[in-house]
Amino acid sequence: MDESPLLELRNLSTHYISQGGSRVVRAVDDVSLSLRAGETLGIVGESGSGKSTLALSMMRVLPPAARITNGQLLLNGEDLVPKSDDEMRHIRGKQIAMILQDPMASLNPLFTIGDQVGEPLRLHEGASRRSAWERAIGLLKAVRIPSPETRVKQYPHEMSGGMRQRIVGAIGISCEPRLLIADEPTTSLDLTIQAQYLKLLRDLQAEHNLGLIFITHNLGIVARMCDQLAVMYAGRIVETGPVSDVFNRPAHPYTAALLRSIPRMTQARERLTAIEGQPPDPSTLPPGCAFAGRCPSAFDRCRREAPPVMDVAPGRNARCWLVEDQAVPVATRGAA
Amino acid sequence: MKHYIARRAGYSLLSLILLSLTIFLFIRLTGDPTALLTEPGASEEDIAAIQAKFGLDQPLWIQYGVFMGSLLRGDLGDSFYYQTPVLDLYLSRLPNSLILAVSAMAFSLLLGIPSGILAAVKVGKFWDNAGKLFALLGLSLPSFLVGLLMILLFSVYLEWLPSSGSGGILHLLMPAFALGWYFAAAHMRLTRSSMLEVMGSEYIKLARLKGLSETGVIAKHAFKNALIPVVTLAGINLINMINVAVVVETVFAWPGIGRLLYEGVSFRDFPVVQGVVLIGGAMIVVVNLLVDIIYAIIDPRIRLEK
Amino acid sequence: MSATTDPAAVPTTPTRYFRLRDLPIIPTTILVTVVFVAVFADFLAPHDPQVGSLTSRFLPPFWQAGGVMTHPFGTDHLGRDVLSRLIFGARVSLVVGFTAVLVAGAIGTTMGIISGYLGGWVDQVVMRLTDTWLALPALAFAIFLAAIVGPSEMNIVIILGAVYWTRYARVVRGEVLSLKEREFVRLAIVAGCSKWTIMRRHILPNVINSAIVLATLMLGIVIVTEASLSFLGVGVPPPKPAWGVMLSDGKQGLMVGYWWLTVMPGFCIMLLVLASNLMGDWLRVKLDPQLRQL
Repeated sequence: MDESPLLELRNLSTHYISQGGSRVVRAVDDVSLSLRAGETLGIVGESGSGKSTLALSMMRVLPPAARITNGQLLLNGEDLVPKSDDEMRHIRGKQIAMILQDPMASLNPLFTIGDQVGEPLRLHEGASRRSAWERAIGLLKAVRIPSPETRVKQYPHEMSGGMRQRIVGAIGISCEPRLLIADEPTTSLDLTIQAQYLKLLRDLQAEHNLGLIFITHNLGIVARMCDQLAVMYAGRIVETGPVSDVFNRPAHPYTAALLRSIPRMTQARERLTAIEGQPPDPSTLPPGCAFAGRCPSAFDRCRREAPPVMDVAPGRNARCWLVEDQAVPVATRGAA
Repeated sequence: MKHYIARRAGYSLLSLILLSLTIFLFIRLTGDPTALLTEPGASEEDIAAIQAKFGLDQPLWIQYGVFMGSLLRGDLGDSFYYQTPVLDLYLSRLPNSLILAVSAMAFSLLLGIPSGILAAVKVGKFWDNAGKLFALLGLSLPSFLVGLLMILLFSVYLEWLPSSGSGGILHLLMPAFALGWYFAAAHMRLTRSSMLEVMGSEYIKLARLKGLSETGVIAKHAFKNALIPVVTLAGINLINMINVAVVVETVFAWPGIGRLLYEGVSFRDFPVVQGVVLIGGAMIVVVNLLVDIIYAIIDPRIRLEK
Repeated sequence: MSATTDPAAVPTTPTRYFRLRDLPIIPTTILVTVVFVAVFADFLAPHDPQVGSLTSRFLPPFWQAGGVMTHPFGTDHLGRDVLSRLIFGARVSLVVGFTAVLVAGAIGTTMGIISGYLGGWVDQVVMRLTDTWLALPALAFAIFLAAIVGPSEMNIVIILGAVYWTRYARVVRGEVLSLKEREFVRLAIVAGCSKWTIMRRHILPNVINSAIVLATLMLGIVIVTEASLSFLGVGVPPPKPAWGVMLSDGKQGLMVGYWWLTVMPGFCIMLLVLASNLMGDWLRVKLDPQLRQL
């Protein structure tokens, strides 16, 4: 497994800076992650934890107020952060593609499906109108849309939600990217269609040896889809590791609390344990650990000092002082 | 789509009936219809003839029937001043009004749409603020004032442009500007807000994610969507312009419908006033319907509605 | 805005009152000045606005050659003092503007509440009528009405009210539709209040904010319409010193370059309309964020 990673984030930070610079929101703060081809990484967190900003940072399509302030974003060892907008344009949609949250709103109502699915091909591969159109039919077939020949001529409003979501998927894979980021792609779908769509993504991944990043707040989906898991809280990754390990022995109290809040069939009648309290205001984070205020096992140091990333086990780390007894901080390990 | 158009047409018909009823009732109930509908200084016989023609001694609903009957035959009465049917008079002035309205519309769109897009793309920056100032001035400077000030500057002091009348393109410049001024500001405001809404949409985000350049995103994906409400408004405004033009046409002595209305009021030529308002309102109702139909053709969501 | 509203009528979001110093400086200054000038016109105007002397016609403002200090802004074609006419013109504009907005607001709010609250065929009739009247070109419609009833200040107010009430009706009706579903209205129904009591004591106090915002926004439109009507000779009848009448008179000197007869009243109209628009925008954001898209 010493194959070099497809995507590697090193200490990536994205901040929202208000006009005049008086207010800074650390939406993504010091995030390090890596992903190999063919692997699926799930990023989970509550809404507002910064996971969508993280995804947009990877695509480098941030809103005007947001800026990548620090860190590296390596795709096949090549840093994307210093790239110009022009250079990024050739990477976006071609090497990294992204599927957005809302399939109903992701398609332009005024263009045909064929136009929209074929657009990246015309853009990145210089395909002619006709060949883009034909390949769009093939792509629709690949995402299992029945009678694609008639569907390409239709408009988004003529499709069901599930179909539109698959069309958005088809747009994502149109240029055979190496990395596909899916941001809550199934929230608005009903359960059967959701299951079908997840299966489709898995199949596509296997076929094209895609790196897949799955952004969600649904741990059930993570359990079904992902190899690796990263838990995000207040802009930071608080825990990462292989899904089964993290699920079985969560190292960070926040992860543990999240896992406890999943409804299980066997305990259907029991009350769900919601996590008490609210996540902190990201513009005024406390000096210590951001979770300390809601953490059942917080102690003095948690409130004073933010924990660094520390190894829990090979391939697993967490930002929590509780881990310290069992491991050494990653940052100091080299020096030791 | 057939159902949609049929429903819209039904509403329009109802509006037309209400419109005629409004005009009819205002004349019968608030004024003295005999005095309004007969020439000042008309003879006893003429007055009697008019009273018989409109059945002014009959109950109101019969009078309305007579009124509608003549409207449907295209009979809007005769102008006292010109001694010709009001409809003919209206139609003879219409081309001039259309020339003015189309030029003013062209000017307002050429100024309003690009500046609205610029303001939306540079939201919060210099051009956005400049646009806001322009919109405020546009809405606060009445068109007749703009017209008068322009005459003062370009005709009296600089002597570049003729101050009144129609003829060449030079005659058209100032009236078109004065009339289009307000609408340019309105179109700019709408383009800006509509563009902002579209630029915040998910499909614009997806277009960026596909790797389109920002210019491509704006030109291909945002522009067409943002333009739909602007086109709708522009269509309605074109007719509004013909009717609002009354002050601008008076200022520049431009021989259009507005000038006709002004003459009608000045010469106490009531059939002309009534005719202009009736046709004006009817035109707006019909254009609203047409805009809805065109809208249905542009927008596939409505076009394909069964 | 009666203070006798019973507690049940108080909505969950109470009116946010604002302090004096929060007022936007430019429009407030202009409006206060215009109101002051209008109220004290009799003391401020150096001359009678309606009497001129034919020996001093078309005098330019004092800083131009031929101008005199006794007529600082010059005189018009009848030798009347422009400054005095401007000062009394402020009174005409404000009185017509405010009363017309009030009349339109009263009619429109009443119709909107009745239409929205009663629903059914009443609603259908009022809304169809509103749509139709909104389709009529406002200025042409006003001219038509003026032609029927004849020009006078009183008639102008009624005409403007008749033309512009529909805008209030539509907005107020929309608000009433959502208020109808609110808890305090349901409580009032259960408590056995009559429809009219509910409309008067529970609905009206809650739509008054929107009506005020709309009124401020309408003030500019109404003032321009009045000036246009006066300019066309179907508004305030001369020799009353309305700004629109002054502009109309000023046309006589326009081609020979008597600029002050056009620029002075024009500037006054612009300032007042600008101030009302700015004030309306500010109030809209302050009082009623939901009206922002208007």
